[in-house]
Amino acid sequence: MAGPKDLANPVSRRRFLALGGGSTAAVAFLAACGSDSDSTTTSAMNSGAGKSETAEFGKGDVGILNYALTLEYLETAFYADVVKSGLFKGGDLETIRKFGREEAEHVQALTQAVKSLGGKPAPEPKAEFPLESAKSVLELAGTVENLGAAAYLGQAANIESPEVLASALAIHSVEGRHAAALNTLLGESITPDGAFGKPADVKTVLKSVEPFIVG
Amino acid sequence: MNSKITSQEQLANPELAAVGVEDDSQDLSRSEVILKGALAAGAVYGALSVGPYVRKALAATGGGDVAILNFALTLEYLEAKFYEEAKTRAKAKGELKSLVSLLASDEQQHVEALTATIKKLGGKPVAEPKFDFAYSGTSGFLKLAQTFEDTGVSAYNGAAPMIKSKEVLAAAGGIVQVEARHAAAIRLQNKEEPAPEAFDPPLQEKQVLKAVEPFLA
Repeated sequence: MAGPKDLANPVSRRRFLALGGGSTAAVAFLAACGSDSDSTTTSAMNSGAGKSETAEFGKGDVGILNYALTLEYLETAFYADVVKSGLFKGGDLETIRKFGREEAEHVQALTQAVKSLGGKPAPEPKAEFPLESAKSVLELAGTVENLGAAAYLGQAANIESPEVLASALAIHSVEGRHAAALNTLLGESITPDGAFGKPADVKTVLKSVEPFIVG
Repeated sequence: MNSKITSQEQLANPELAAVGVEDDSQDLSRSEVILKGALAAGAVYGALSVGPYVRKALAATGGGDVAILNFALTLEYLEAKFYEEAKTRAKAKGELKSLVSLLASDEQQHVEALTATIKKLGGKPVAEPKFDFAYSGTSGFLKLAQTFEDTGVSAYNGAAPMIKSKEVLAAAGGIVQVEARHAAAIRLQNKEEPAPEAFDPPLQEKQVLKAVEPFLA
């Protein structure tokens, strides 16, 4: 189902999300937001609101963790497919394997966290990724990691339990490291959003990963 | 790959032990005390011990968002000064030179944002201490930069769960993500793994807390 043409979607979306260092209106808007201490109020927008953004994944922290788990499942599957694709060798392949192992560890930790809160872990989504060339795969990886970091940042202020927050933050900064490493490989800015990471809301994130989920 | 640092030296990061933090006014602030402790903990036990140390030290001093932000500000003062100085002192060329400029600018923006946030909360931003960085050349710079960035990530991640205001937490999250990005970029310059662990810090806090006990003022 996911063919080479689908690759155009995440890439253009990435530009829209200002994750690629483009010069769209979105970039200007986000850059302007980043220049003062009010920059991140958007991510706290729904704090205290009745219905949580992640309600479809469960209540409260369980919902947030299951949302994160779904994204980590996708990242893990993506890296596993990339390793199998044979498009990479040597140091790049090692980096991809390493990142894939780390995403798998995130899956395990999040599954445990959901269970420890008495919740039911979200099922693993069935996914397919376009694996055309080394370059397009690296670009997709960069998109996915930058989006992942933004997704965690978007939820940090909504997490109730300090323990869950500590775990989410410990994962969030690793996603940021992955994103910066991939951006370096791609010759793009390590901080495409400037001095302050920008959050992404659930709707935007799910819309971006939708093309890769099958069945 | 990275495991050699602990077995080879008694100190995990000896370069951190050589960093000077001085306050001319002789009015050593709580933030500076915690920063000194954080550097000491990082020097002896590695950057990953910094988060749990910072969390415990802030809790012991009564915490509060302004206290946490002032500690973060002290850390950002250190990083901003370090990169500003490095523009000439690190003798960086090409790609690294651009990276140093970027990092200097990012850290300076963090200083400004934290100062503004502290004022907004009705607090008083701490004064900038004097720093003394003992390193020489590009490789010395890169080694210290990697330690500072990993320390910064660990410190923010350690302190963040104690933040009460959701807005302040979101702002701190936006900063720590950028520190993590810096850490990865500097690590690549050092030919090290950009993300050595799956978790920043890994979840072995009890062990680490015991290790940093001597540095808790």
